[in-house]
Amino acid sequence: MAWQHKDLLGLRGLSKQEIELILDTAAPMKDIIGRDIKKVPTLRGKSVICLFYEASTRTRTSFELAGKFMSADTVNIAASSSSVVKGESLIDTGKTLDAMGTDIIVIRHAASGAPHLLAKHVKARVINAGDGAHEHPTQGLLDMYTIRERKGRLEGLTVTILGDVLHSRVARSNIWGLRTMGADVRVCGPSTLLPPELATIGVQAFTCIEEALDGADVVNVLRLQLERQKKGLFPTIREYARQFGLNQERLKRCKPDVLVLHPGPMNRGVEIADDVADADFAAIEEQVTNGVAVRMAILYLMMGGSGSGAVH
Amino acid sequence: MALYIKGGRVIDPANGINKIADIKIEEGLIAAIGDFAGAITEADEVIDATGKLVTPGLIDIHCHLREPGLEAKETIATGTRAAARGGFTAVCAMPNTKPVCDSQTGVEFIYNRAQATGLVRVYPIGAITKGSDGQELAEMADMAACGAVAFSDDGRPVPRSDIMRLGLQYAQMVDKVIISHCEDPELAKDGVMHEGYWSTVLGLRGIPAAAEAIMVARDILLAESAGAKLHIAHVSTARSVELIRQAQWRGVNVTGEVCPHHLALTDAAVEGFHTATKVNPPLRSDKDIEALRSALNDGTLTILATDHAPHTAEEKACEYNYAPFGISGLETAWPLFWRELVEAGVMTLPSFVAALTVAPAKRLGLPGGTLSVGAAADVTVIDPEHTETVTLENWQSKGKNTPFVGQILRSWPVTTIVGGRVVMRDRQVIG
Ligand SMILES: [Zn+2]
Repeated sequence: MAWQHKDLLGLRGLSKQEIELILDTAAPMKDIIGRDIKKVPTLRGKSVICLFYEASTRTRTSFELAGKFMSADTVNIAASSSSVVKGESLIDTGKTLDAMGTDIIVIRHAASGAPHLLAKHVKARVINAGDGAHEHPTQGLLDMYTIRERKGRLEGLTVTILGDVLHSRVARSNIWGLRTMGADVRVCGPSTLLPPELATIGVQAFTCIEEALDGADVVNVLRLQLERQKKGLFPTIREYARQFGLNQERLKRCKPDVLVLHPGPMNRGVEIADDVADADFAAIEEQVTNGVAVRMAILYLMMGGSGSGAVH
Repeated sequence: MALYIKGGRVIDPANGINKIADIKIEEGLIAAIGDFAGAITEADEVIDATGKLVTPGLIDIHCHLREPGLEAKETIATGTRAAARGGFTAVCAMPNTKPVCDSQTGVEFIYNRAQATGLVRVYPIGAITKGSDGQELAEMADMAACGAVAFSDDGRPVPRSDIMRLGLQYAQMVDKVIISHCEDPELAKDGVMHEGYWSTVLGLRGIPAAAEAIMVARDILLAESAGAKLHIAHVSTARSVELIRQAQWRGVNVTGEVCPHHLALTDAAVEGFHTATKVNPPLRSDKDIEALRSALNDGTLTILATDHAPHTAEEKACEYNYAPFGISGLETAWPLFWRELVEAGVMTLPSFVAALTVAPAKRLGLPGGTLSVGAAADVTVIDPEHTETVTLENWQSKGKNTPFVGQILRSWPVTTIVGGRVVMRDRQVIG
């Protein structure tokens, strides 16, 4: 099976087979990362541009390394959203990169739908590295990869996503991907940070963390943007930590073999307690490694590779 | 020499006419309605309207012509050409130009430009507050005296209740209608689409339906206490409809209008992030559309308007969050309304025609909206069988921002006559 789409803009609408293809392809990629010499010639002569309108060292570096490990030429462009408020610039920038013979553009943008706009105007393949509160598909995929690695499956698991769901693209990509793979998804957070109509999407919403954790196999803790408090979306960070912070006591509600995820960077002591973040049942560093593997898999598949895993 | 419109179905709700007849136009006025087969001579101009509908010229009480100041988006010349192509013989221009039309000078400018460059009649709406910034009343009495037909801070809802109250009191004094764009600015802040399932899926900031209904309720209460005439622009939510209906039962002088896109599209149209679907108020839910339909059916809402809001292609070719709100609506209004209201059996033909002619005219005290003998000969001929694919090829508005491109629509205006002069014939704008 080969990758059928021009772009990767989100997990909503991807089939189970397509998600499996990416996850299966990521496994041999992860082997490469474990080697002494992390370099295969697979994407030699291909160019990958990371076009980041929002700062994100983690995601950008992950994509950059993924490209480099496969011998692609990777270039970073940090564009500030403030200097590029108007979209002609996005379309123009895309066309310019296109004209330079770019094969793949990885875009991070504060506006939901920006990658879709870009994809419509360029011949290059576009990968969404996070757009507004919409999607962050590679994060969703690396979360799913990590869960599958630890649990051996996704189907039938209960996954609780905890925190600011309203503004979270990570939450949305997780919801679509996990639902497609047959997991039960719960979300939990203050009612002011939960978007409407979650039930229509097939997600159970909770404002009581104890209920949300009851019997959960996986807890995915979202990063809380502390400036939301300044905007009055919740009263104080102290109260948030007390009401919604994940700690050892609360984790007892979950299955004994619970797995804890966090997309990072963490606000320790706010959304997640120190001793939870560093515990064995947390896979937060593993997620980072898997992120590179998943991104290698995507770059590989988008450049015409098939899912046989023949990357040597 | 006379102009005859022959053999069409004449629908003139103002006079209770709905029959096959000829219309005779002389010296720019409706001379007679009847059967003139024998009286037509070779020198006369004849428009064959067999199989077509003949109505009073359509009147749009809510459009944005963008002149002065925003001529890249639209001018009075291009906007009125778009109106003519859409079958409209008169349009009311909202005051959110640059500068805002908030003085006698502004009102006179529009009349002068319309006289010099307009293809159809243009009636200026004055601002309620200076600069439409919601702080101090504009010179409403002065503007009324020189021809402002109503007052509105459309696009920038008056946030302060005390100022809105003063505006309504002042409008009552000069016997004009306040047209209110109802939206609680804080509640709607940064929102770009209807808050609901699709805003959740797309990760776009939602505008809750309550943002509109709250202001509808406030303005109704204020208008009630001031004894003023209130008209709610672009009603888009079920709750707003309910509030208007209850107020009318109580005897409050309140009316409301519905726009084509709010009937033809739901918020699901935003999927794909096409900025042509970004409009304020936003495209709402199925339930809201159902409420709008029943309100048009039972007469709670009596007026159809376009909220024609042209923008340049460049302004709309960007990320959804950054695009301006608005759809260029004059040229597709009739066939969209037709599909959603006539073909769907929501309105009878006479009440439908009334909502685009006599009802808006009466509400704002405009001339026109009738085919009475002696009235100015503003007439629209519609071919209910004419099918056309919406393209931008013959589009007259500078605003190419329409989500309806590619749609095949039935029933189109084919001839527009303003004061006895044909300004659109066979779908072609003349002059
Ligand atoms: Zn408005």
